[in-house]
Amino acid sequence: METTAQTSWSGTRRGRRPRPVVSALVGLCLLTACAGDSPSALNPAGTGAARVAGLWWLLFWISVAVFVEVMALLVWALVFRRGNVRVRHGQPLRFVAVAGAAIPFVILVAVYGVGLRDLAALGAAPDGDAPTVEVTGHTWWWEVRYAGASGATANEIHIPVGERVRVRLRTDDVLHSFWVPQLMPKTDLIAGETRETWLRAERAGSYRGQCAEYCGTQHAHMAFLVVAQPRAEFDAWLARLDAPARQPQTDAERRGQQAFVQGTCAGCHSIRGTGAQGKVGPDLSNVGSRWSIGAGAVPNDAGHLGGWIANSQTVKPGNAMPPQPVDAARLPDLIAYLRSLE
Amino acid sequence: MTDRGGVVAAATGAEALSTELPAGRPTGWWGMVMFVATEATLFACLLGSYFYLRFQFGPEWPPGGLEKPKLLIPLLMTLVLVPSSLPVVWAERGIRQGRRGRLRAGLAITMVLGLSFMGLLVKEYSDDLKLHTLTTNVYGSLFYVITGFHGLHVLVGLTMIGWLLAASLRGGSFGSHRHERVRNAAIYWHFVDTVWVAILFTIYLSPRL
Amino acid sequence: MPTTTSPPTGLSGDDLARLAEHWGERPSLRTWLSTTDHKRIGRRYLVTAGFFFVLAGISALVMRTQLARPESGVVSPQEYNQLFTMHGTAMIFLFATPMLFGFGNFLVPLMIGARDMAFPRLNAFGYWVFLFAGLFMWASVPFGAAPNNGWFAYAPLNQLQHNPGLHMDIYSLGLLFLGISTTSASINFIVTAFKLRAPGMSLNRVPLFVWAIVATSFMVIFALPALNADNALLFLDRRFGAHFFDPAGGGNVLLWQHLFWIFGHPDVYIIVMPGLGIVSAVLPAFTRRGVVGYPLIVLAIVAISIISFGVWVHHMFATGLPQLSYSFFSAASTIITIPSGLQIFAWLATMLLGRLVLRVPLLYVIGFIVTFVLGGFTGAMFALTAFDQQTTDSYFVVAHFHYVLIGGAVFPMLAGIYFWLPKITGRMYHEGLGRWAFWLVFAGMHVTFFPMHLTGLFGMPRRIYTYRSEPGWDGWSLVSTAGSYLLALGLLLVLAGIVHTLWRGRPAPPDPWQADTLEWTAASPPEPYNFPVIPRVHSLHPAWDERTAESTGAGATEDRILSEGKRTLFTSELDARYERAVEMPESSFKPLVLAGALLVFFATMLFAWYPVALAAVLAVAATIAAWLWPPRRPVEELGVAT
Repeated sequence: METTAQTSWSGTRRGRRPRPVVSALVGLCLLTACAGDSPSALNPAGTGAARVAGLWWLLFWISVAVFVEVMALLVWALVFRRGNVRVRHGQPLRFVAVAGAAIPFVILVAVYGVGLRDLAALGAAPDGDAPTVEVTGHTWWWEVRYAGASGATANEIHIPVGERVRVRLRTDDVLHSFWVPQLMPKTDLIAGETRETWLRAERAGSYRGQCAEYCGTQHAHMAFLVVAQPRAEFDAWLARLDAPARQPQTDAERRGQQAFVQGTCAGCHSIRGTGAQGKVGPDLSNVGSRWSIGAGAVPNDAGHLGGWIANSQTVKPGNAMPPQPVDAARLPDLIAYLRSLE
Repeated sequence: MTDRGGVVAAATGAEALSTELPAGRPTGWWGMVMFVATEATLFACLLGSYFYLRFQFGPEWPPGGLEKPKLLIPLLMTLVLVPSSLPVVWAERGIRQGRRGRLRAGLAITMVLGLSFMGLLVKEYSDDLKLHTLTTNVYGSLFYVITGFHGLHVLVGLTMIGWLLAASLRGGSFGSHRHERVRNAAIYWHFVDTVWVAILFTIYLSPRL
Repeated sequence: MPTTTSPPTGLSGDDLARLAEHWGERPSLRTWLSTTDHKRIGRRYLVTAGFFFVLAGISALVMRTQLARPESGVVSPQEYNQLFTMHGTAMIFLFATPMLFGFGNFLVPLMIGARDMAFPRLNAFGYWVFLFAGLFMWASVPFGAAPNNGWFAYAPLNQLQHNPGLHMDIYSLGLLFLGISTTSASINFIVTAFKLRAPGMSLNRVPLFVWAIVATSFMVIFALPALNADNALLFLDRRFGAHFFDPAGGGNVLLWQHLFWIFGHPDVYIIVMPGLGIVSAVLPAFTRRGVVGYPLIVLAIVAISIISFGVWVHHMFATGLPQLSYSFFSAASTIITIPSGLQIFAWLATMLLGRLVLRVPLLYVIGFIVTFVLGGFTGAMFALTAFDQQTTDSYFVVAHFHYVLIGGAVFPMLAGIYFWLPKITGRMYHEGLGRWAFWLVFAGMHVTFFPMHLTGLFGMPRRIYTYRSEPGWDGWSLVSTAGSYLLALGLLLVLAGIVHTLWRGRPAPPDPWQADTLEWTAASPPEPYNFPVIPRVHSLHPAWDERTAESTGAGATEDRILSEGKRTLFTSELDARYERAVEMPESSFKPLVLAGALLVFFATMLFAWYPVALAAVLAVAATIAAWLWPPRRPVEELGVAT
């Protein structure tokens, strides 16, 4: 079976493993669904995120301990030290210096050491022959290419599970930030420069990522999905990214292809193996299999696709695609064709 | 307080009150020093930006095949501006002794030197603008903004010097007991002067290193 | 001229009449526009900053309403982006610092026993500039042209090609305009604290609030130029085609971030430090003793103001800079939490060894400790690069800085408002109303912002105008929104309490709290000249000190009464030894005219009417020239050599 990305829209993310500490926190939030299903940093599925989650729980418990101490002192004062009489000016400088500076210093040095270890772990580059994903940020979508493959996709990154994958980050315009909370902390995309990070999923599944650096009008709708799948499935998926797009099979699909290639669509979008070679918008060669439309704006189904084509400005105001003057009779064909591209 | 009554009496006697600087710095001096401190930080930020942008850009500097800046005019500018602090010092010392003639003469000499600097800056710009402008590339932006910002400060300094000169020519303005404004303007002028040395090094000399 | 001072003469009715004549101002439009009284100016700062707080707060409520449910359409994305930008920019620049400077303006001269600030007209000028710059920025909102790039306005989204329109021109010009006010106020605070302290108030007797204001002012002096440089370069890029932040022209987008955070991190302490100073000022009155560890707290204040310049890169932990620099800045950011922790424990020790009087100001101090400690924990977490990379730019960081800023600045401000309302207005506030407001504000704050820790950890990025339903996001966002209404209700009650005080409050005695600093020895509200007799200070707690009290009673001497003219005292910088009496300037319209000319300059720069802008520059120069023009004096007084 293949890990198709579409299933993940409903919020099913596989491979959840309850952790004792997570369940402790779940007690805090009984009323609403919590860490379990969200793209949560506390439900890590990747090597990098797991390390940071461990760091978080260390810091969390230290904070709880110190907070309890401070509150105990405060409550003690409130309960036992009431009254309105002037008191003598004792100066317990040693208490202040030890409790306020010396002990915190020791704790902070220890914590800093742990943090330094994690910083080094996150910063270690993958091996030279690791698979490399080239991600380019655009306002407001992600272009995804693979080193050694000619094709491109958008807003969806497939990686082999259990392997370190290099991610090379560039931006076409403003700053963005590449963040998959369950897999790896953020790395910013810096205009004029190239940055690198890596992903390693410890278990198969789909993990939501999102731009985390404010990038303009539709910063809210610049999400992507990382699909971690077994090596064989990944190889098969990658091979299709190199091949021409699926040929139309039905009359409707053929009419749709014709409308696409001869209409305004091809001015901006590409579909491999057809005359459509536009470079402005996302490559649509496998659009039918993607998890969403508009980088997480709406689910990828026929209804939303039609609405997007007719006037994407009502769905994601400010995006670069103008409303399309598509003949109402042609629209079902176009939808059928695009839905067939897997 | 009675133990200090004598001291207080001495400090508030008619003679002490009639001079402007009996002891300690006046508020105006502190105000000007703080103002210069914040302005100096602003220049430090601009010069820091110059080096940051230069080293982030790469080995080629100036970029885009531009020539390294010529040194003749900037060195002349240095020769004019740096010594212009001396007549200010001379004038200030003069008025501290109540010598108004020295104040006027010193300020006038500084005016002339400062105006010559501005003249040389105009000449420098008219030469440079044939090669590059603010919009050519980041080097042009840095060059004109830093030198222009400094030129603006010289202009402000000259306005202060001219203003002092006008006030001193009117009479009844300055004397051995009243010269705080002269001292404050002098601090500003020395600052403008010192900053130029940093700019000379950054803009004109450092591309040759 | 007083020439002899002993034996002591005491204060006479004639002295009071003369002081009132020299310092008093008749209420009229004329004196309203030309006043240089630090108390009137301080009150104006408080009211104006409060007004901008309300506007920024309303922006926040609209945002929370939009985010209450997934995919709601209360505002458009363009509107939302302007709202969050104006919310942050106004809270930081137009509310927090001016509000605390308002406290400083009102209190610093009173706390140090002076009759005004060192530069009263500069003080008036600073207020007018603040008012005009604030209006300049807010005026853009009705036109849909407000800044829209976040309060830190990263390049290259702030560039013309990515962000056309006037939005970011208003941002850069508005902040440059405002910077004039902040800088002049800071210089004024420093010089006032250096030179105008009452005789005897040596450095080891300076109230902690004044230490905090002075340290803050020094940070402004050295941090604000970085922001000004940044905004000037931005404006040159946008308007005149320079390439500082444009990679295509050889520029570098990270230069913006470096300059911004070289300012921005000290600015966090510029906001929090006076708040901590208020805490140190409020505690003695309600613990019935001095703050424990005065020298340690002074040391902490000085240490923070220096180290804060060495931590800016922790705002850039996700930009991919070299690891070595990250480990350095991570260490510095870890260390800077220690001086704050030291102060917390000094206050705790003060409370443990004192006797608590649980009035509203102390409630807010307790609320401050609870909240600020929690914000401090998350702050220390952000010092660790790996953790920062996971949670920065998520709702976790939104939670963090609201804990720090509301905990560290707003709660102390509220403590300060209730504490000094009797002094400022001459009337007592309603205790019951104040308690209700406190509990609503405290609960509202935590209900609003605590859940943001969770949504952030659950992967919700900040600055998104809407979101698709995600488990863990929807419910907690709704809780946050409910909390924000609660918080707004509490703040409304605070406002009601202030109105009630002004309208119905019973008259306040000079020292309703038996507090320890000099402002409580002045009348409530203080006379225009603050002190009929400038005290001679004998201890760190002058209002609890009998010798200091005697120096203004039976021991009053003419050299500290100074009723001939509008005069106050200069003392030496370190030991506050008596230097001389000085004449203070009369009220003047020039500050208002100068600020108006600057407003014309910035407005015409915005609309590119450069000839008018040039005329405005000339008007500025002419006004300053006239302002400082030396008065004509007789030759004997000048001392002219023949």
